[in-house]
Amino acid sequence: METYYDPKDLRKFAEMSVGAPELWKKFSDWYEAVFAAGALTEREKALIALAVAHAVQCPYCIDAYTQESLAKGADLEQMTEAVHVASAIRGGASLIHGVQMKNVNAKLTM
Amino acid sequence: MEKRTRYKSMKAFGERFANADEQLKIINQPAGMPLFDVKFESIGIGPLTSGKIEIFQVNVGKMCNQVCKHCHVDAAPDRKEIMIKTNMELCLSALASSDILTVDITGGAPEMNPYFKWFVSEIKKMRKHIIVRSNLTILVANGFEDYPEFMAENNVEIISSLPFYKSSLTDKQRGEGVFEKSVTAIKILNNLGYGKENSGLIFNLVYNPAGAFLPGSQLELEKEYKRELLKNYGLVFNNLLAITNMPVSRFLDFLISSGNYKEYMEKLCSSFNPGAAKNVMCKFTLSVGWDGKLYDCDFNQMLELNLNNGTPKYIKDFNISLLENRRIITGQHCYGCTAGAGSSCGGTTA
Repeated sequence: METYYDPKDLRKFAEMSVGAPELWKKFSDWYEAVFAAGALTEREKALIALAVAHAVQCPYCIDAYTQESLAKGADLEQMTEAVHVASAIRGGASLIHGVQMKNVNAKLTM
Repeated sequence: MEKRTRYKSMKAFGERFANADEQLKIINQPAGMPLFDVKFESIGIGPLTSGKIEIFQVNVGKMCNQVCKHCHVDAAPDRKEIMIKTNMELCLSALASSDILTVDITGGAPEMNPYFKWFVSEIKKMRKHIIVRSNLTILVANGFEDYPEFMAENNVEIISSLPFYKSSLTDKQRGEGVFEKSVTAIKILNNLGYGKENSGLIFNLVYNPAGAFLPGSQLELEKEYKRELLKNYGLVFNNLLAITNMPVSRFLDFLISSGNYKEYMEKLCSSFNPGAAKNVMCKFTLSVGWDGKLYDCDFNQMLELNLNNGTPKYIKDFNISLLENRRIITGQHCYGCTAGAGSSCGGTTA
């Protein structure tokens, strides 16, 4: 193994059924239901997934949901905005912890 | 990676994939995938064979006012292959001798054939349903301004490509300014009643992916298109047909030059859908080339896979009893019609 991440491994995802087939089936059924059109369109769900993929920094998911977003009719503009949303939340999540820092600082300093 | 804008055909530059044999050399490399024929026969309905011919598709020429990046025809303004009137007359004789109800006219830009109006009018006299695959921009080009009205008068169904409901991907694939001109053309068509309920004038749009990926759900894409085109431009249409890009001609060139070919073919093959395979369009279509040669479909036409297997090869020899139940000529490109929800000139098939 030259690297931990190999793009070819994405196609082996279903091998996770080996050892826990019932759990895999539950996951697969739920996953399929989650991404079906509902109150949100398939395109909107693919864009959310793409944003989350960036937030959790999963290269498999970024690859898969870039393709999926394109297939569901999103364009580069929409996908880039989705990534900015994820990045803003990640950045904001760090920044909001600054309040904690300020609280500690306020308590400890004169 | 080089992203070329095309102004001329691949043929004009003598490019490798302007040659059908060169394309077939690549397409028919097994590359670890089962042969399409073998895969098709695995679904248990025997070899791929046509049934009753329902659609008579005529390619009236390769000349086009656009030079789209994915075009399987390699159509462009420089292409001079145009169907002559004699071949159109032979098509009319064939139609008169059969009970085929639908005539699907394609190109290039079919409107650029000088006998286009005459051909449509003659078919109309036979009371056949006529489909014209119009690229939209030709309908607002100089000298073609009266074509929308002509189409409406002859109750022609219009099918037009619009790869996206915004200019971004549309212009990238079909050329700068194409989206804006397409919007203008659709407004004209809508004003004539095209795409409006109960007008009897059918106007369908075609979605095809702007890259090396398969189309998503036709129904979901249609909802998106309808909402966005109405909201942003006040445009309406009847149905969206989602079509998979075939690894032929310019799209094949793109796949090879961008390094996507192997993966794309694997995707087509691994997405083989028996349900789609049972309804492939070649089962009920006959395709006629600009030069009168007969084919199983427009893609086989561009790959110069002329009918064989003992059937007539030219429109002058048209004999419907010999053409129905014919063995379809296949290649690895046929996986493009059987992947996912399937693909045909009429959209998904599964």
